Amino acid sequence: MSSDTSKVASSNGKTAATPSKPSKGGIVANWADERLGLAGMMKKNLRKVFPDHWSFMLGEIALWSFVVLLISGVFLTLWFKPTMAEIVYNGSYDQFRGMYVTEAFASSLDISFDIRGGLLMRQMHHWAAMLFIASMMIHLLRVYFTGAFRKPRELNWVIGCLLLILGTLEGFTGYSLPDDLLSGTGVRAADGFIKAIPVVGSYLSFLIFGGEFPGDDIITRFYIAHVLLLPGLLLALIAAHMLLLVYHKHTQWAGPGRTEGNVVGFPMLPVYAAKAGGFFFIVFGVSALMGGLMTINPVWKMGPYDPTKVTAGSQPDWYMGWPDGALRIMPGWESEFWGHTIPWNVFLPIIVLPGLMFTILLLLPFLEAWITGDKREHHLLDRPRNAPTRTALMVSLMTFYGLMWAAGGNDIIAIKLHLSINQITYAMRVLVFVGPAIAFFITRRWCISLQRHDNDVLLHGYETGIIMRSPEGAYAEKHLPIGEDEAYALTARDREPDLETIETEGDPSDDGRAAKLRRKLRALWYADNVQKPTVTELEASHHHDEAEHELAGALDGHAVDGHQFDGMHPVDDEPLRDKH
Amino acid sequence: MRLLNRSAGRLSRHRRGKVAGLVLLLLGLVLSGSLYAALSPATAENTDTTAAEVEKGRELFLVGCAFCHGENGEGVSTLNGNQIGPSLVGVGAAAVDFQVGTGRMPMSQPGAQAPRKDVVYNQEEIDQLAAFVASLGPGPAIPTEADYSTADLTEEEREAAIVRGGQIFLTNCTACHNFDGSGGAMPRGGYAPTIRGVDAKHIYEAMLTGPQQMPNFANGNITPEMKRDVIAYLEATEEQPSYGGFGLGALGPVSEGMFAWLLGIGSLVGFAIWIAAHTTRSKKEKVEA
Amino acid sequence: MSAHDPNLPAQAEQEPIADPGLEPHQWRPTDVDPKAEKRAERQVAALFGLSALSAIGFVVAYFAIDGGTENPTRFGYLGAQNIALGVLLGLALLLIGIGIIQWARKLMGDQEIVEMRHPAASSEEDREATLAALAQGLEESGIGRRPLVRNSLLGAVGMLALPSVVLLRDLGKIDIPALARTIWAPGMRLVRDVVGTPIKASDLEVGDLVNGLPEALFPTPENGYPAEEAHGSKLQVNKSKTAIVIVRMEPDEIIPGPGREDWSVDGILCYSKICTHVGCPISLYERTTHHLLCPCHQSTFDLGDSARVVFGPAARPLPQLPLDVDEEGYLIARSDFTEPVGPSYWERG
Repeated sequence: MSSDTSKVASSNGKTAATPSKPSKGGIVANWADERLGLAGMMKKNLRKVFPDHWSFMLGEIALWSFVVLLISGVFLTLWFKPTMAEIVYNGSYDQFRGMYVTEAFASSLDISFDIRGGLLMRQMHHWAAMLFIASMMIHLLRVYFTGAFRKPRELNWVIGCLLLILGTLEGFTGYSLPDDLLSGTGVRAADGFIKAIPVVGSYLSFLIFGGEFPGDDIITRFYIAHVLLLPGLLLALIAAHMLLLVYHKHTQWAGPGRTEGNVVGFPMLPVYAAKAGGFFFIVFGVSALMGGLMTINPVWKMGPYDPTKVTAGSQPDWYMGWPDGALRIMPGWESEFWGHTIPWNVFLPIIVLPGLMFTILLLLPFLEAWITGDKREHHLLDRPRNAPTRTALMVSLMTFYGLMWAAGGNDIIAIKLHLSINQITYAMRVLVFVGPAIAFFITRRWCISLQRHDNDVLLHGYETGIIMRSPEGAYAEKHLPIGEDEAYALTARDREPDLETIETEGDPSDDGRAAKLRRKLRALWYADNVQKPTVTELEASHHHDEAEHELAGALDGHAVDGHQFDGMHPVDDEPLRDKH
Repeated sequence: MRLLNRSAGRLSRHRRGKVAGLVLLLLGLVLSGSLYAALSPATAENTDTTAAEVEKGRELFLVGCAFCHGENGEGVSTLNGNQIGPSLVGVGAAAVDFQVGTGRMPMSQPGAQAPRKDVVYNQEEIDQLAAFVASLGPGPAIPTEADYSTADLTEEEREAAIVRGGQIFLTNCTACHNFDGSGGAMPRGGYAPTIRGVDAKHIYEAMLTGPQQMPNFANGNITPEMKRDVIAYLEATEEQPSYGGFGLGALGPVSEGMFAWLLGIGSLVGFAIWIAAHTTRSKKEKVEA
Repeated sequence: MSAHDPNLPAQAEQEPIADPGLEPHQWRPTDVDPKAEKRAERQVAALFGLSALSAIGFVVAYFAIDGGTENPTRFGYLGAQNIALGVLLGLALLLIGIGIIQWARKLMGDQEIVEMRHPAASSEEDREATLAALAQGLEESGIGRRPLVRNSLLGAVGMLALPSVVLLRDLGKIDIPALARTIWAPGMRLVRDVVGTPIKASDLEVGDLVNGLPEALFPTPENGYPAEEAHGSKLQVNKSKTAIVIVRMEPDEIIPGPGREDWSVDGILCYSKICTHVGCPISLYERTTHHLLCPCHQSTFDLGDSARVVFGPAARPLPQLPLDVDEEGYLIARSDFTEPVGPSYWERG
């Protein structure tokens, strides 16, 4: 298990790592250990193994952009004045000089124009926030599609979902702070959302805004949530997320030597630490480049918030775009009864729908475990195609999200693609229901045909593209077997239960509605799945392929039959033509 | 003399090079001179030129415009009441100068909204057409540079005008044309066009005449001074550099989100793939030292 | 499946292809070729060196490039300072990152190692010991045997929720009826937003759109309105309820609502500018169709027809302000709005 470190590139020194007399570092380590007893914990974790795959680094983007947010955010707090007190703007931006604005807006302008590097930090902070939430989402998708949420990691899935929603709230409170026209319009809409909640809505609105909208307090209150409450919660949950990751050890892809019982990869020290640390600098650097080159939220063009002003293209940041889209395509339904009003047109799309979607997201691991009845621990990842229903379910949810998202940008789509916002809206009202269903069906069948393709490759080899002609004139394509490692990786997955056993499994006397539903769902979950070939099937197919091999036999003895150049074999020493 | 004040102004000091200021000065003088000559109706000769202009304009109108707007600009309707071209009686010279001067008229094909395109007529012909249409009924005249120039204001007045113009712009214009003047969507496929890179004169005329679906901001609604202030604000923002880097179309959060995903997440995932990719391997065995 | 303990890791059954085991390690060119090794080392050091240069460049740019609005240095039409700082900081960070990764990829030991997993659950002994300790602790506390103590404690702790909720009561003064009234009053003049000048009915042409406010928000000694309603958050609250759009159309194009026949003056109509959906101010007006569009969620109102909703998610028409003219010919309000302005709420009725 311990690696052979003698063969490491040795340019950093030829002497052994343990010197004869204690080095300065050794003295420090000794001092610390005598007080903290760190060695016991570190001995296990310094060489902890992390498997290497690009998709395992998506969550890291989120982690590092959060660090960028902390750093740039602290910089901004040094100048930002989170108050709605009215002052006369006397900063250096001519177009607003002499106007009554809030201190929050004036200090946002000061950060942009009078603090060198302030605009850069503001833009980096905003871009990093967008990257933070975007990377959480692609990380979530990776975890779901590969089945990494299964036992024992369900709780980490829940923590991740909480991080996503807290990150969204953090973003919303953040873009409301500068008190520019867009942020104020967002808060204005948020007031409308709160008021739409039946019974308590108006009370909540008055309490949150410290009186009638917009009041005096909302920016101060959002500020403390934005810089203390939410980041505190985020930090605690991130810590829990990482601790569980270390405890469970990372999942890995199936492959030679990689089993449910082990984890294969690089040790924490040095390779993984270097890669993760390097990635931090890369995320930081990309944020800086974006902040330097790309304008984001130019508050000086928006002007201060004023309840009588609005701009075309009033949208929230992208992560709030999908419920905004739901608001846009919702028909104008409202009920009035016994002197009370329920604005369904606001309450349903912006309060109920996001809550519902988030609950579904949170429950996905438990839903799947309940349907499949799988209580085993899983540490090997599924390829998305090997869980067609799961994959199709998420693609369906993604389609719903994406269509809502597009609806949230319907005005920009209309002007850029020369369409009518009315037609886009009507189309979306239908598509958000039809699209996910179509996406589910297509994805599921697509996965199943990919499974069939895997089996074809296993049983008959891969297609070389070489067409052979027999003496009788028949044509056939030459197939060659894939390598053993690859074949093993393809077959290293669970055999799924037969549909017949599902019908009869469990306690047949349990005729409860839940049990029946579960049996039905379980049958649907596995319906049409393609099993991996058995040993006998593999042997039979090799026998069957002998006919083709005979045909190919004529090529034997030639230096080249073509397949060497298919990109799957080393061709360094192969001559292109036979030397006669 | 007043024009010289421009180069002493706080905002305009860094606006252009010295030569540009001089050229502008000359240009302004020539332009206002010629416009004065063209528009001043006082003398007998001028009445002749105007009459001649109207006549020339009528000829141009009959060839280029009358098919939709009628021979006397009375408008043409189909049998079921749809309008092919609206009546031009009383729209004024300013409307013609805007519609033809920005290439919107003549339309290349009938449609709900005439898009901006290459200008078909030269300025002389546009003036003749405008003179003809103005003769059909009283309407707003083509504004002169004096109407939208802030040159005759003191420095403080000019700064106050810009601040006020910004507020008027944000109150009356951004709802359709967006905070940066990039334009926006309107019902049923309509759109408010971008106002960036549009001549000050045409912006003024658009406010004055309310082309197509745009509401009027006639002088009783937004006074000539207020219009001038809006133009001063737009010029001031157009002259400042793009402080934050590339503007991404100045369309707000939708385009920002797109760039965050495509460039930001795209490049970071690219880096992740590179970090996790296996390096080239050698067939050679390491020689033991 | 039933053959396995359900809590153990998934066990592969008879695999069709046996696990060939880990691939043998292959060396990289940098491991076996001293020249390649040296080259990689120089490459990494060069990346770090370039990063340090960028950091120095950042400091130089910070002091040398003029930012602000006074006399900013430009790159073409772009402001130079932000770009220079961003690009140089970005490069300084990026090059360190790329250098470290290159170091890890080319020079650090890259033999994959194997670590064994353990089930997430604790061992059976640990569990039993924990349960025993828990049971003993509970037993000694007597929490099960003394329900009176337990229940009174639960009650006391539960009661603590009340002070914490009550404490939040003063977050805001609640005045729900205020949502239904504005400072519009009979005889108050309509004025232009921003400049505050009153509007003569004869000023407006057909097709005009005026964004307006009540005169009370532009107090002067002459008009005698109190100044405190027009500053700070009071002003914002008032603006968010009283903003109006005034349009003029051909009188015969107006379909007056029942009881609203005399609310217009010569084809001049006035509506609340605040959308009834979630409260965005709307003024995207089409003069020929009389449609008013909200840029936030595209609700569209027909101003010629009592601001009826013709499209989008809004459920109610915009409230209309009844108009009149005073003796000097200026537009005035006949009364406040006759219904609450802005988004719906529970008590709206």
